[in-house]
Amino acid sequence: MIDPQVLERHQLKPDEYDRILQFLGREPNLTELGLFSVMWSEHCSYKSSRVHLKTLPTEGPQVLQGPGENAGAVDIGDGLAAVFKIESHNHPSFIEPYQGAATGVGGIIRDIFTMGARPIALLNSLRFGALDMPGTPRLLEGVVAGIAGYGNSMGIPTVGGEITFDPAYAGNPLVNVFCLGVAKASDIIKGVASGVGNAVYYVGAKTGRDGIHGATMASAEFDERSAEKRPAVQVGDPFMEKLLLEACLEVMKTDALIGIQDMGAAGLTCSTSEMGSRGGAGIEIDISLVPQRESGMTPYEIMLSESQERMLLVVKPGREAEVERIFEKWDLHAVSIGRVTADGMLRVRERGQVVAEVPTGALTDQAPVYRRPMTPPDYLADAQRLDLDALERPRALDAGRTLSSPATHGLFALLGSPTIASKRWAYRQYDHMVRTNTINLPGLGAGVVRLKGTDRALAMSLDGNGRYCYLDPYRGAMLAVAESARNVACTGARPLGATNCLNFGNPERPEIMWQLAKAVEGLGAACRALGVPITGGNVSLYNETDGAAIYPTPVIGVVGVLDHADRVVGSRFRAPGDVIVLLGEGSGELGGSEYLKLVYDLVRGAPPALDLDRERALQELVIALVGERLIRSASDCSEGGLAVTVGECSFGTGGIGAELSVEPVNVARNPHLNVAATLFGESASRIVVSVAGDAVTAVLKQAAAAGVPTRVIGRTGGDRLRIATGGDIVIDVSIEEAERVWSTAIERYFVKKVA
Amino acid sequence: MLTRAGDTVKFAVIVFPGSNCDEDAYHAATAVLGQKAEYVWHKDTDLKGADVVVLPGGFAHGDYLRTGAMARFSPIMREVRTFAERGGPVLGICNGFQVLLEAGLLPGAMLRNRGLKFRCEHVHIRVEQTDTPFTLACRGGQVLRMPIAHGEGNYFAEPDVIARLEANRQVIFRYTTAEGELRDDANPNGSVSAIAGICNDTRNVVGLMPHPERACESPLGSADGLLIFESVVQSLKAGALVAGA
Repeated sequence: MIDPQVLERHQLKPDEYDRILQFLGREPNLTELGLFSVMWSEHCSYKSSRVHLKTLPTEGPQVLQGPGENAGAVDIGDGLAAVFKIESHNHPSFIEPYQGAATGVGGIIRDIFTMGARPIALLNSLRFGALDMPGTPRLLEGVVAGIAGYGNSMGIPTVGGEITFDPAYAGNPLVNVFCLGVAKASDIIKGVASGVGNAVYYVGAKTGRDGIHGATMASAEFDERSAEKRPAVQVGDPFMEKLLLEACLEVMKTDALIGIQDMGAAGLTCSTSEMGSRGGAGIEIDISLVPQRESGMTPYEIMLSESQERMLLVVKPGREAEVERIFEKWDLHAVSIGRVTADGMLRVRERGQVVAEVPTGALTDQAPVYRRPMTPPDYLADAQRLDLDALERPRALDAGRTLSSPATHGLFALLGSPTIASKRWAYRQYDHMVRTNTINLPGLGAGVVRLKGTDRALAMSLDGNGRYCYLDPYRGAMLAVAESARNVACTGARPLGATNCLNFGNPERPEIMWQLAKAVEGLGAACRALGVPITGGNVSLYNETDGAAIYPTPVIGVVGVLDHADRVVGSRFRAPGDVIVLLGEGSGELGGSEYLKLVYDLVRGAPPALDLDRERALQELVIALVGERLIRSASDCSEGGLAVTVGECSFGTGGIGAELSVEPVNVARNPHLNVAATLFGESASRIVVSVAGDAVTAVLKQAAAAGVPTRVIGRTGGDRLRIATGGDIVIDVSIEEAERVWSTAIERYFVKKVA
Repeated sequence: MLTRAGDTVKFAVIVFPGSNCDEDAYHAATAVLGQKAEYVWHKDTDLKGADVVVLPGGFAHGDYLRTGAMARFSPIMREVRTFAERGGPVLGICNGFQVLLEAGLLPGAMLRNRGLKFRCEHVHIRVEQTDTPFTLACRGGQVLRMPIAHGEGNYFAEPDVIARLEANRQVIFRYTTAEGELRDDANPNGSVSAIAGICNDTRNVVGLMPHPERACESPLGSADGLLIFESVVQSLKAGALVAGA
């Protein structure tokens, strides 16, 4: 009955099937085959990425929980732990943007409260095709509404994130969501089953046929019976999740639990086998006891369903009634569906009769691991070559816009680029203030939430740059870590740990595998150098449409702690008359820049160089300056370069302008390009800070002592952004006009429709 | 109950299963204002001797049907009604306001925001009346800066109801510019007559869409919301003074 077609539909290779035969010593039945197919899928087993992920730094004195659990955790002082993780929901969000994104948020929230932590902040990192491509506004609108719909109902603020637009993501938008929670360090709970005879409880939504994937699961029989009943994407119920969250946190306070895990990907199969395997135990359940939403569901369907908002718990003996009572209070019914056993088997019964019996370890730790072939992609050598002198004058300059100079043209093009422009259209749909902890409102830089009852605050940022990684995955990944940690440091917070979401194409293609391996290498190098171990994450592969892969896109989330929440600084200028200081220095690197892409339609060159020692010194410097209250604002200088960064520091301040004089760079024969490189080059390891006049000497002294090249570049004030370089004023624009371009670039795609 | 002006005021914060601003209201009342507060579960039938009742924001029962539509059936709402009928001060914030409308303790209804999107941002509201327990510490016409966070805050009532609200001076807050000007672009949700908050005809029950509990500490962007809570504390203490005299 298991023939090659059945195997193919389950995406199991012949050698993988041989492995199954070895584990079982017999032929599996269809249900068992289903269990293996989901647990050995790329998503659950990390079979292509595992050998590379193993090289990442995951340890440090601050790490309380590294990879392998539902989420990672770091010590943030005062006996508290920050529990956090990132996850992707790329494919579902493309099929059904609202529900795809909503259930992504639901899943990551469950991962956090499963650890015993109260979720207190959400971030998201989104990538779409160009906003002027048909379909993009609809996707963006659906994804943002889905994130809002779920997060807002849960009462967890969405405090930041990033949105990038590039044609490379047109067929494969990326929806990466991050959640952070706080727990007492001593109270972290794990997804483990142990203690023979202990009851295994199911709680939450009923199990339906939703989320049983066509690709990995169908059998002929299954198709005939239920293909039409099976929605491709799960539907989220945030109210149910809110009940689960409150009830689970209440149960966790009682000390009655051995372990708990949410049913995310691969549903009951994953939660039972992982909990058993972690505890070195077996689990036996009877699926006829599982609450079901539809009648006539087979064991196969129940085990593989990905219905949302469900949890699996193992309860200490004698505490069952207490646990049931708490769930009843929240109108939830906790149902005992089985027991922990000693034999290491996942045994599934249906009304007593055994319908599947598989060693938990075979489904989890002993899943196949591949060291897939790798080769550098063919495009790479050419794409990395950038000859600025061969560039022609950009056509847009002659297209009739009466702008004063190429530099002004470049500035407005960048400010109006949806990737750089204000994301207010999105974040004002997110409740970003609930819980009354948000002390750095979203818009620029890292999100910051204070911790009531302590002096502390947590800062967090998600960053990635697919274009850099396309041009050099090793350096691109390093730059992503550096930028994320830098954003955190700019608030004054000390980076403590990181989570990563690796979004790539098909790993069976050697060039994609090479990108993945190089990116992981880069991540590891940067995390090691900057002291931010990876505590968990997620891998999303096969992001391709018609053979065209997305840019390799590792997204990094760094979390840091501020010991004194009241010393936090934002990225915007605070007052006229302050001195603007550039920490770090640029060399006019235009490779892979937003400027080249926008003005020349070029994705070329090497991404900016990164010296990790200098980066670390810079971050330590800015953290110290904030801690000593020597600076009034700090803003990471990245996409769009120095001119865009200073402009953004002026926006949202009621029009505090800036006057700058910056050192010219000499990277091309064409003077316009030298100006562009000076203003819009994306050299790494730079921070723009504003300083009260009487603190400038102290700042410069500390910077010199830290070995960070630092220069006074101007002063805040007036209502214009005026930049001189090499004796010429190259930019002179009103803040009001510049801010209008920046703040309406995304909104205008939606206003039109209503009007 | 408050018997002397020196006593601390006790807030009851009603908790529906989908409430999510309950902890924020509790924090404002206790940590910021230094008063007492107690959570009251929606299935309870006792307000635990509270002096003032707060219905906080959130999504009381998921609100898939209509915001606040099911909350009025919660057992505690009978107690809230009795408390209000006896003249006790009741404040409904955001979803709490919606619950008060559904429960008939305040007139009118909420529609989806004019832009059809959830909106979270700081707005300005003008204090129209100061003779309620929640506004007596404000100046008439004072403009307060507070966040909103809602998808259904577009207040609607039939013209005769609006006329009656206006005639009885029951419109307590209106959305305005920072300067206190009524302007269409200062109205974030399309509410009729720019109504952001109203009171009942005995003036002791007040509902508003903006979140005063999110605007009680300056690191959060505004401390104007404190006035709302300080008002009720003053009002109760003044009442206790009169009662004790």
